Amino acid sequence: MDEQDEQRELARFQSIIDDDGRIEPRDVMPEGYRKTLIRQMAQHAHSEIIGMQPEGNWISRAPSLRRKAILMAKVQDEAGHGLYLYAAAETLGADRGELLDLLHTGRQKYSSIFNYPTLTWADMGAIGWLVDGAAIVNQVPLCRCSYGPYARAMVRVCKEESFHQRQGFEILHTLSHGTEAQHAMAQDAVDRWWWPSLMMFGPRDTGADAAPGGHTEQSMAWGIKRFSNDELRQRFVDMTVPQAEALGLTLPDPDLRWNEQRGSYDFGEIDFAELFEVIKGNGPCNRQRLEHRVRAHQDGAWVREAADAYAAKRAADRTAQGAA
Amino acid sequence: MSGASAKLSDASRSAAAPSEPDTSALFGYVVALADDALISAQRMGEWIAASPQLEEDVAMGNIALDQLGQARALLTYAGEVEGAGRDEDALAYFRDERDFRNVHLVERDQRSDFGVSMARLLFLSVYQHELYSRLQHSTDETLAAVAAKAVKEVDYHRDHAMMWVLRLGDGTQESHRRMQSGLEAEWPFTEELFDDTHVDAVLVEAGVAVDPGALRDPWHKRVAEVLAQATLALPEVPPAVTGGRRGIHSEQMGYLLAEMQHLARSHPGATW
Ligand SMILES: [Fe+2]
Ligand SMILES: [Fe+2]
Repeated sequence: MDEQDEQRELARFQSIIDDDGRIEPRDVMPEGYRKTLIRQMAQHAHSEIIGMQPEGNWISRAPSLRRKAILMAKVQDEAGHGLYLYAAAETLGADRGELLDLLHTGRQKYSSIFNYPTLTWADMGAIGWLVDGAAIVNQVPLCRCSYGPYARAMVRVCKEESFHQRQGFEILHTLSHGTEAQHAMAQDAVDRWWWPSLMMFGPRDTGADAAPGGHTEQSMAWGIKRFSNDELRQRFVDMTVPQAEALGLTLPDPDLRWNEQRGSYDFGEIDFAELFEVIKGNGPCNRQRLEHRVRAHQDGAWVREAADAYAAKRAADRTAQGAA
Repeated sequence: MSGASAKLSDASRSAAAPSEPDTSALFGYVVALADDALISAQRMGEWIAASPQLEEDVAMGNIALDQLGQARALLTYAGEVEGAGRDEDALAYFRDERDFRNVHLVERDQRSDFGVSMARLLFLSVYQHELYSRLQHSTDETLAAVAAKAVKEVDYHRDHAMMWVLRLGDGTQESHRRMQSGLEAEWPFTEELFDDTHVDAVLVEAGVAVDPGALRDPWHKRVAEVLAQATLALPEVPPAVTGGRRGIHSEQMGYLLAEMQHLARSHPGATW
């Protein structure tokens, strides 16, 4: 392709973006767009699969067989989300093995929320309600992302996440209306997961104290990101406060109150110093999560190698048969 | 036949059969089926988020969910048969170890070894397939219905296990060695699958239960075929002395139950 063709193709890319259309894998796209998307889809996929660990932690101890089945299905859904997202990244020429390697060597990140421990059964409720709830708020706009395969993966993912959120709510509702000990367990879980959930939207990116830099602006221009971190966070708070009331649980923020003027809830100061520490690797479970992932991958290497060797043998058999 | 002799034969029949059906024999049979499925699901669930690849996390999750579903249906039925008001959770969480009736094959620690787990799944799923394909014709309607659903599920488990045993057996040298040692490790615990001492002969005669002993030959034939195709040797390891059907378990069972039951038992009477 000569330079003129390329200019024309890039102009076509921009007009698709401007018309709110979808970019497909074979379309010409700026290198920065491709890289940004691969990275975002990969880190999203990593979050799905690392997120299996904190909830997987309670499968063996779920307190009823019904809850055990629901939890197993949920953790399995998250594996499926990882699969869709790695596949979406592969449409842009990435390779799942290489992306996993970037995760395993700490060169790509996953959502920091999964670096917090799941200490009681109520954490299964709090994660479903708050963490999957925040993920939905983050991901619903991605269903309109300019990159087609990502947008379509998100439609499937969001449907399942809303199940997860309802199941989490239901766990907490049952606990909150159960025995005194169960109610306390639910409140304790909400106390621990509320602030980390608000941090899931990332640093402040609007107003006077917005974090400098960030990819927000370029991602918005490319139709990858649709709303600022702060807008999404506010949407989550506004959605969640009435649900907490329905649960009979208190959100651990004395500054949380309805602001008539804004038509939204005001909320207290988020401890972003903690978020940055967790991102840096100093959260309660960073090392544990990564070590577990790397161990599973290494322990399974002989199995994957065997599958490849077996497939190669069968392919050779077919070639031999074809030649004969 | 005259009216008098008809009356006589009716009377002699009711004298031979107890007026109350023997529910404890049926309860014991159903619980053994349920516990195999439940404890296997508990072990299989350990692989979720720890398997060799993501597709396998999904597949093992599916298998564990199927087994858990079978266990729930069977435990619910066992509770009804018993008639003492115990539901699936009462039976799963509030029975002591000696009252569990599963085989040792499903309960032992699999040492996070994928070869061991696939050997185990092959042995179990071939057995369950033979079992459920017969039990779906049981004269007991509930058992027949549970088995009719389960047979389709264990058919998939069997396919999955066979696919991996083939790949590992005929993959690399290392995988061949590890698959073979997985088979050797699990083989001693297969004989217990065919133990019929816990199944009341009356249940088999009435067409309610399947005689486990009758499954040995078809099981053996099928397993031998798979191993031959996978270039693996049929293990020549003697059967272990076990007692799962009498509630005599391995040392690892206590830990499995401690983990599984702890939370439920910490809050007796609570609903979740
Ligand atoms: Fe997810
Ligand atoms: Fe989810």
